[in-house]
Amino acid sequence: MNQHLSDKSGKTELRLAKGNGVDTGVAVSFTYDGVSYQGVKGDTLASALIANGVRLVGRSFKYHRPRGIFTAGPEEPNALVQLGEGARTEPNTRATQVELFDGLVAHSQNCFPSVKYDIGAVNSLVSRFLPAGFYYKTFMWPASMWMTYEKFIRRAAGLGKSPQQQDPDKYEQLHAHCEVLVVGAGPSGLAAAKSAAASGKRIILMDEQSEMGGSLLWNGATIEGKPGVEWARQQVAELKAMPNVRVVARCTVTSYLDHNFIAAAERISDHLPLSEQERAPIRQRFWKIRAAQVVVAAGSIERPLLFADNDRPGVMLSAAVRTYINRYAVLPAQEMVVFCNNDSAYATALDAKRAGAAVTVVDLRSSEVVNASAAATLVRDAGVEILAGCAIAGINGKQQIRSVIVQHLSGDKRSLSGEPREISCQVVAVSGGWNPTVHLHSQARGKLEFNNDLQAFVAAGNVSASDEIALMNPHLMSGACNGEFDIAACLADGWSKGLQAAGSSADSSSDSSEANAGGITASAAEADGLCSKVAALWTVPTTHEIGQGSRKHFHDLQNDVTVADIHLAAREGYQSVEHLKRYTTTGMGTDQGKTSNVVALAVMAELRGTGIPEVGTTTFRPPYTPVTFGAVAGQYTGELFLQERTTAMQPWHVANGAVFEDVGDWKRPWYFPRGDEDMHAAVQRECLMVRQSVGLLDASTLGKIDIRGRDSAEFLNMIYTNAWLKLAPGKCRYGLMLNEHGMVFDDGVTTCIAPNHYHMTTTTGGAARVMGWLEEWLQTEWPEKQVYCTSVTEQWAVTAVNGPNARKLLSKVTDVPLDNEQFPHMSYMSATVAGVPARIFRISFTGELSYEINVPARYGLHVWESLVEAGDEYDVCVYGTEAMHVLRAEKGFIIVGQDTDGTVTPYDLGMDWIVNNTKADFLGKRSLSRSDTSKPDRRQLVGILTDEPETVLPEGAHLVSAVLEKPPMPTEGHITSSYFSPNAERSIAMALVTRGLSRKGEKVTAQLMDGRTVSATIVDPVFIDAKGEHLNG
Amino acid sequence: MFTIECPWCGNRDQSEFTCHGEAHIARPLNTESMTDEQWGDYVFFRKNTKGIHYERWVHAFGCRRWFNAVRNTVTDRISSTYKPGEKPPAN
Repeated sequence: MNQHLSDKSGKTELRLAKGNGVDTGVAVSFTYDGVSYQGVKGDTLASALIANGVRLVGRSFKYHRPRGIFTAGPEEPNALVQLGEGARTEPNTRATQVELFDGLVAHSQNCFPSVKYDIGAVNSLVSRFLPAGFYYKTFMWPASMWMTYEKFIRRAAGLGKSPQQQDPDKYEQLHAHCEVLVVGAGPSGLAAAKSAAASGKRIILMDEQSEMGGSLLWNGATIEGKPGVEWARQQVAELKAMPNVRVVARCTVTSYLDHNFIAAAERISDHLPLSEQERAPIRQRFWKIRAAQVVVAAGSIERPLLFADNDRPGVMLSAAVRTYINRYAVLPAQEMVVFCNNDSAYATALDAKRAGAAVTVVDLRSSEVVNASAAATLVRDAGVEILAGCAIAGINGKQQIRSVIVQHLSGDKRSLSGEPREISCQVVAVSGGWNPTVHLHSQARGKLEFNNDLQAFVAAGNVSASDEIALMNPHLMSGACNGEFDIAACLADGWSKGLQAAGSSADSSSDSSEANAGGITASAAEADGLCSKVAALWTVPTTHEIGQGSRKHFHDLQNDVTVADIHLAAREGYQSVEHLKRYTTTGMGTDQGKTSNVVALAVMAELRGTGIPEVGTTTFRPPYTPVTFGAVAGQYTGELFLQERTTAMQPWHVANGAVFEDVGDWKRPWYFPRGDEDMHAAVQRECLMVRQSVGLLDASTLGKIDIRGRDSAEFLNMIYTNAWLKLAPGKCRYGLMLNEHGMVFDDGVTTCIAPNHYHMTTTTGGAARVMGWLEEWLQTEWPEKQVYCTSVTEQWAVTAVNGPNARKLLSKVTDVPLDNEQFPHMSYMSATVAGVPARIFRISFTGELSYEINVPARYGLHVWESLVEAGDEYDVCVYGTEAMHVLRAEKGFIIVGQDTDGTVTPYDLGMDWIVNNTKADFLGKRSLSRSDTSKPDRRQLVGILTDEPETVLPEGAHLVSAVLEKPPMPTEGHITSSYFSPNAERSIAMALVTRGLSRKGEKVTAQLMDGRTVSATIVDPVFIDAKGEHLNG
Repeated sequence: MFTIECPWCGNRDQSEFTCHGEAHIARPLNTESMTDEQWGDYVFFRKNTKGIHYERWVHAFGCRRWFNAVRNTVTDRISSTYKPGEKPPAN
């Protein structure tokens, strides 16, 4: 056990006495890479690791270079850890955002066997052979080999590992609505929420951190005479007490979509001790918010400087160093160098000095500029040496910094001069200016403009009233993310934007006085210089030319991209921002280039001799930080993933051992095995029993539409290809529906129940589609027609009784005459079956004597059980959908969607008889005579009999007329349905074959995937009872 | 993800709707006398407008009613919606 925190003998004590966000009196134990450590309550994993002197936390993506914690927030590119173990493990979490809890277990990623001795680091030795675009140039050719290369590349380059077990946690989606959503609870966000909340409207305030307050947690500002952190806590408490305000911490607003649709991911139990996480009802909540107005107060992200060896563990952003000192009570090192090009880093120097560190400032700006800075003067007075006009030329130390080499910048700032000076340090705090966090504005399709003072992109200020996109996604940028860095100004800006968002003030744009900030007075901490006077020096020179020596300037730490790679991209012509991004992969990591994008643009602008805005910006895309799949899926997993539809007879099917298949959302019995029958044996038996005696099929899933109204017959006449005007009450008719292209898209039997009243049936899968089709025509094209369609699929339970004994069976339980004269084929009767009211349709999908009995769904199970019982003396067989398929294929009946595929006309099916050309019109009619639709060499539906009766062709097998030595061979068509038919005592198949209808008797060959060929004959697709005598029983 | 003003129900989430392309294409009445080209025009050809587009939508997971919408295909702003049979607004 390594108890570094309490180990006074070997390790440096880096924990300070007090921090704004931690309780240093409460220890928290955790394990990192198998070693036990202690942090304190309020720590992040990152702050706890730094406190324990752990600087090396990972290996870089491409070169496997040692990397350390670089930031204190969501922009972290390096410290990605594998969090947790087993089913709860989560890859690529940012150690800077992981709240420490008792029992936390984390591992470093992308290294083997360990972070200190990593085999992949050999990539670093051959780095000159791994330039930008390397994978594209090397592995994309020949293209066919990519599959082979990919495996190795992925293994070498991977980040974390995804869990291998099912996620044991629960998640939820939540929909919310509000008048004002405030994103970010720093000074501007809190002020905005306060002023908006006074309106009484619904306000939601969200912040991604465990504690609200944003920069107030570490910047030492004073507001209304008290420390900023106390002011923030008071505001949060007051907001929480208001009934119209929802205050949500640990919640990252990740996506800004059109019409102010906002997604946010809230972490509810991730910070709790493991035992409590396991008991938590919800782990994460995914918010879907519709907000009338959004105030984006997302703050800003510091930029790095591009200097030699700037990726060494110990190089950190300057505000991160300050955050660790003031919020987490951790001094990142005893000796530090602050390296900057602007005033904002001086507060870091002062705070580090006061916390006990030896500090030196290296400022790229000239002594004139630095001497004029009030912040610099304060820091110098505190005893800190400031080296103005100087640069860090390189770093000594690979796994941790030992010292930096400082040299004077030459006049043109492109090279170094003077004696190099070595300064001992373990941390370099770097500041290259600040980027307002414009991500959400950009996601909202807002425009950006370049601010020369800040050397950064900010949201474009002037939005024209005719800007439709701005009108669609109304939002206001406030505070630092709007380019405002003064604390008092941020509060005033937040206050006025809050009023504006809530519609409380008509126009407050001209008034930015203190009174407008709700009377809030504020002052920044000593030496907290603003982020202005930024020197636009992007690439800091070193002792050799860029790309010519061993010292690398990294600009994208996560994707391991260097300034030399940008030079290469520019040389090879990839100069536009979109090309640059794809060629070098800059900004394409999980951090989306939060610290790298603008500096990459700046380097390219330098190379092209233009300004940064001319190079352009890349588009920020959701999510702002990665979101777990669990949160996105929410509660819609397992049984809630997809709805299941079951029929009224489902309990009987389950009790009698049915094997189910999915048909759309329906669970349908596939077959009913008896004893130890396999599927083939069960289906063969079921098919034989139906034709030998009688079988029952649950046909409840067929689509059913009740059609009423004066114009119903005329309507059906337009919808179907055949004639419907003279169908008498009590009669049934089969119909095909075509789309306007003339292609079959559904079929079914429709019955005239009474004058102007019809019962339409559709395929199971097509029910909703047909209903929509009917409504579309009625609502949009023929609104004058009086026709009313009602879906009644779920209202009727249907049992199909098929087989020579169907009449005998049914007569035991019904009161109506069933003989051929009084109740002929294709007719309907209202009846009583098993004591309940029923509609009996004498229609057949097997070719046998058949009655389809419809009863109200609540009687479905009763009637089914009565029929099963009545059938006992006839050895009744209950059969499933597979037998149904075989039985219909034995008769050559089509299944739309299996034997047709949207390219098949009724003529192609050999169903000329169903097309009534004497009708003036029907949907799709005109298309049937189009040149392509009426050409003779179309694919047509035929039967196929293999020479070997035992051979069952696979569905989808292609047919050829001449077998060539090897594929490809010109296809003549393909098999659509294929079964072994026990009634025909051989294999049978249906196929779509070129000119098939006129080729009956011809030989074709099926070419199978395994190379075998099967010889077969084209036949009529009716394999039993060609005369149709079975229909009469 | 838009919100869309259903002329029958009011403002609803886009996920409740489906779009069915260009509006105001009447089905020809003289289908028999049309040439293949004329019929093909009706069946296959649609405008691919950049800018203001009149299109058909249906409130599929709501009232199941059809309506027309005027949408700017560049910005996705839907400036108005109206019932079938109503006169299209200027834009």
